[in-house]
Formats: sequence, structure tokens, C-alpha cells
Amino acid sequence: MLLREVAYAKPKSLAEAIELLAADDGARALAGGQTLINVMKARAGSPDALIDLNGLDELKGIELGADGTLELGAMTTYTEIVESSEARARPILGQVCAQIADVQVRNRGTIGGNVCTNDPTNHLPPLLAALGARFTIQGASGERTVSSDEFFLGVYMTAVGLGEVLTKVSIPAGRNDGFAAVTLGVEGTCIVSAAASLNGSARVALGCVDAIPVVLAPASTDAEAVRAAVRDANLDPPSDVHASSDYRRHLAEVLAVRAIDQAQGVA
Amino acid sequence: MIGTEQSITVTINGTTYEREVEARKLLIHFIRDDLDLTGSHIGCDTGNCGACSVLVDGQLVKSCMLLAVQADGAAIETVEGLSDDEDDLTKLQQAFKDRHALQCGYCTPGMLMSATALLRANPHPSDDEIRKGLQGNICRCTGYWNIFEAVKAASE
Repeated sequence: MLLREVAYAKPKSLAEAIELLAADDGARALAGGQTLINVMKARAGSPDALIDLNGLDELKGIELGADGTLELGAMTTYTEIVESSEARARPILGQVCAQIADVQVRNRGTIGGNVCTNDPTNHLPPLLAALGARFTIQGASGERTVSSDEFFLGVYMTAVGLGEVLTKVSIPAGRNDGFAAVTLGVEGTCIVSAAASLNGSARVALGCVDAIPVVLAPASTDAEAVRAAVRDANLDPPSDVHASSDYRRHLAEVLAVRAIDQAQGVA
Repeated sequence: MIGTEQSITVTINGTTYEREVEARKLLIHFIRDDLDLTGSHIGCDTGNCGACSVLVDGQLVKSCMLLAVQADGAAIETVEGLSDDEDDLTKLQQAFKDRHALQCGYCTPGMLMSATALLRANPHPSDDEIRKGLQGNICRCTGYWNIFEAVKAASE
């Protein structure tokens, strides 16, 4: 398919990328492109310029800190996360990345692209919200780090503004995590997803039921308490061809319990 | 440098090509239309079917999900690079032929590239690893079974 005419640049440094993005309101960062290129084909979005972040080594790589914190460059691909020995410090991360789409998409798609798209059906926004990840954003005026509550703002919207780039995702130490989803076909797009983390207190994040991940703190890991926490959130998920609003509400309860069970090692 | 057109150099199956391309051109169109290498197919144009799968610097990608300008400097392998003629098929291609792993053949170039990538990384994959390795490729004819059998045979 022929895309609308677009300008392209492949900057050699992050500073140059930020400069190019800031110079044109119609410029967008191109990460793995596994969503953006399709969006452009469908004319759902038509950037005037693409600033290709591939090739910026400073946005790549996975580091495991002494305190167990994982730091992932925003341009790290799903395949790199799945194959990384460092990333196994938080095993759920590789397990979920291995469920995203297929080999080809995992080879190109990036953690940064997945969260910056913030499509409600994406896997990583609810997962990273449950894990308590922090997001480092850089722009011309400097660098800031925000929590998932501040990062995810709406459908396709995040705290990354015009002229800014997500550079890094930091995930604190922990092992007791779970993820459950009902998808379109095996490892397809999520209809509803739930991520859970039991490191410290219980934390559940639901995907596909609102514009941004819905984060809950169940009173206990007991199945009834988890279900009650989901009910108390008064979810009003959208209906579409794949599931009605009522069915999504039902799935949210079931999947939250499954994610908690996996986090407890009983699933 | 930013622009709507760029000069790129790519090596495909060992031959180096230098061309001016529009930034909006997808890699699959560059390969098929500009270079006349029509072995790689366009099935869905939405990144779902895998018929356009090629190897870029050894990595399996869908060439409809990449711009041609992004391949500047890369070494690309397409299905034409697997063998020169019918009498010199790769073990994988021969297994596809022997086990009737294609009917209409439209998905075959992508299937061969995905299976080639799988077997290079993992010469003796488990049954599940074969299935997962072919997950990004859709076939409407075979029901996948003969394709699976052919990849398994090629891995033995």
C-alpha cells in the first residue's frame, strides 16, 4: 500500500532526534513500526515526518542493577527481552513479551513503542502498571521520570509530549507476578487482560476495559476479595464485535483472579 | 538529513543495489516493484499474513511493516536467495516438495523464510517451537499440517 508522502530522517544521536521532533509538530518518532506503519496505511494517522529511532544505541539494552531494578532502553525489542538473561530477574516480562503477536513482530516491536502507542489492547501497559514501572522521558528542556499513573493518559496518549522521547523503562525487583488474557486467537490481540503483582501488597492492572490501565489494590489475594475489587471499580468497558461490555466486565473478574493465582504460584 | 526521498544501498541475496526511493515506499514494494524480485508476496498488506517475510541482517521481518529507507545498508535475503534452480533446492525446500507442504503456493515464500530463520537459530526445534516459529505466517490451503511435517523433516 502506498503511504501518504512523508519525510524521513534517521538521527545519529538522541539529541538530534529530539531536535528533529521539536522542529516539526507533524513529526513522530518511529520505533519498531509494527503499529505505526499500519496506522499510516489505514490513514488513521499521517505524520508529516518520521524520525527513526532505530540505530540509537543509547536507547537499547537491558541493565540489571544491584538492587534488582531492571532498566530497559525504550528501543529494546520483545525478542531481545525474551532472550535476555538480565530480564529473567522479572520473569513475567519475558513471558508476556513472548505472547505478543508473532516472531516477525517480536523481532521489530519495542517496549517503548508498545507503551507509547498505549492502545488499550496492548499487553505491556497493564503489565508495567501492575509491576510499578517508571518511565523516563527526555525533551529539549531535560529529563523527567514518571510513574505509570502519570504516564498513561488516554487512548493512544501518554505523558510523552511533542518533541519528547521515552528513553527508558525502569522496573523494580520482584518475582511474584501474573498475567492472564483472553485474546483473539492464540497470542493475538487482547479482548481483556489482567496483570497482577504481589511484591509487597497485591496490585492488579486491567487492560481493554478503559482508556488506560485500571489499577486496583485488592484487600487480599483471596479470589472473592479480588472479584470484589474489580466489581467496586464500576468498570464501564466498551462493547465491540469481539465482546459486549457485560462480558468484558465478567472477564475482568475472572482474569484478575487468574493473574493473582499465577502470581501466587498456584496457577 | 530529512527528506521525502533518499538514496539507499541494499544487498539482496548477495547483489548490491543502489536506488533513489521515496520515504513512503514499503520495503516489499521496493523489492518487488523496483528490483523485480517478485518471489516475496503481498498477502494482506497489514502485517498479519507473513507472505512478505524476508530476512534483514539475518532477522525475520514482515517487509510490509518496514520502509525501504529503513533497510539502507542492510543485507536482505529473500526466497530467491535460497537456491538457484529446481535441481539445487535446500533441504527445507525439498521437504516442502516431498511432503506436499503447499497447494496454491502463495504463502510459501514467507513460510520458507520463517522456517529458514527458525532452523538457523534452532536446528532441532521441538514440535511447539516449530509451531511458534511459523505463527506469523497464514496458509489458507494446507491446514498447516504438511508444512509442519516438512519443517520437522528438514530439522532431522
